[in-house]
Amino acid sequence: MGARGRWVVAGLGLALLVAIVSPLASPDPDGLERVAADQGFAHREVPSWAEQLPFAEWFAGYALRGLADPAAAKIAAGITGTLAVFGLAWGAGAVLARARGARRP
Amino acid sequence: MHIPDGFLSLPVCLAMGLVSLVILGIALRQVERQFADRLVPLMGVSAAFIFAAQMINFPVLGGTSGHLLGGTLAGVLLGPWAGTLAVMVVFGVQALLFQDGGIVALGANLFNMGFVGTFLGYYLYRGVRKLLGGKSWLAMATGTAVASWASVVTASALVAVQLALSGTVNLAVVLPAMIGVHALIGIGEAILTVGVVSFLWRTRPDLIFEPLAPILTAVPPIQESIHGR
Repeated sequence: MGARGRWVVAGLGLALLVAIVSPLASPDPDGLERVAADQGFAHREVPSWAEQLPFAEWFAGYALRGLADPAAAKIAAGITGTLAVFGLAWGAGAVLARARGARRP
Repeated sequence: MHIPDGFLSLPVCLAMGLVSLVILGIALRQVERQFADRLVPLMGVSAAFIFAAQMINFPVLGGTSGHLLGGTLAGVLLGPWAGTLAVMVVFGVQALLFQDGGIVALGANLFNMGFVGTFLGYYLYRGVRKLLGGKSWLAMATGTAVASWASVVTASALVAVQLALSGTVNLAVVLPAMIGVHALIGIGEAILTVGVVSFLWRTRPDLIFEPLAPILTAVPPIQESIHGR
C-alpha cells in the first residue's frame, strides 16, 4: 500500500473511530432544538418523508433497528453512515474525474 | 441545526431547494472541470469524517449541545466546489438514511449548514489568511477559526430568517436566540476545525486545498530555475 493508500485508510479509520465513540455524545437538544423548545414552536415538527423510505425499516434515526442496546444501535448506524458517505463522496468524485477524462481526448 | 420538516413553509423550502439545486449543479460541473484526480479519495475521507463528527454533540450551555457542521473544514481541505459536493453527500445521507433534517427542508439545510461553510467560510478563511501573510500556521489557524465561527453564526442567522419568513416565529425573538447559542457552538466548530486542519498542516500539508492559479503560482518557480542556471 502506497503513502496515499495509507492516509486514506488512516482517515477512514479515524472517522470510524469517531462513529464508535458517538454514544458518548451529549444527549442534550442542539441549538435549534433548544430555541424551538424555548420559543414554543418545537411542536410544529412533522415526521420526515424519509420515514416512508425503505431505509427507515433499518434505522430509527441514528439507531439500527433490532439492536436492544442503544449504544450498539447508534454505533452500528454511525459505522453504516460513515461508510455510505465515504463511498458516495469518493464515488461522486471518481465519476466526475472519469467524465473529465472521457471528454479530453 | 438540522431543520426538521414542519418548521419552514413550503415556499421557503421550495426557494431554498431551488437555490441549493442550482449550486449543486454548478458544483458538479466545477469539480468535473478542475478538481485534481489525486484528491478524489480525500473527498471520501473528508465527507466520512464530517458525517461521523456531526454525531458527536458537545455540551455548550446548561442543557444545550452543538456539533461540528464541517462546511468550513470541507472548504479548506477540498476547496469550495468539491467541499460543497462532500457536505451535500453528508446532509443527503443524514436526511435519507437517518431521518435527520427534513426532506422538504433539505435545500435549506444544505444551504445553511453546507454552502455557507464551504463558500463564506472558505473565502473568509482565504481572506484572513492572506491578510496575515498567508504562509504561517498562525495565519492559517486564525483564518480557519474566524471562518468556521462566522459560518456557524451566519448559518444560525439564516435559519432564524427562514423561520421568520415561514411565519413560524417572530424574527426579533428568534434571531438573537439563534445567534446567541450558536456564537457558543461556533467556538466548538472553530476549535475542532483548527484542530483537524493543524494536524494535517503538520503531517500532510499537501492535503490542504490551494486554488489552481497556474499562471500566478507556476511562473515564479520556473523563472527562478531559469535564472538559477
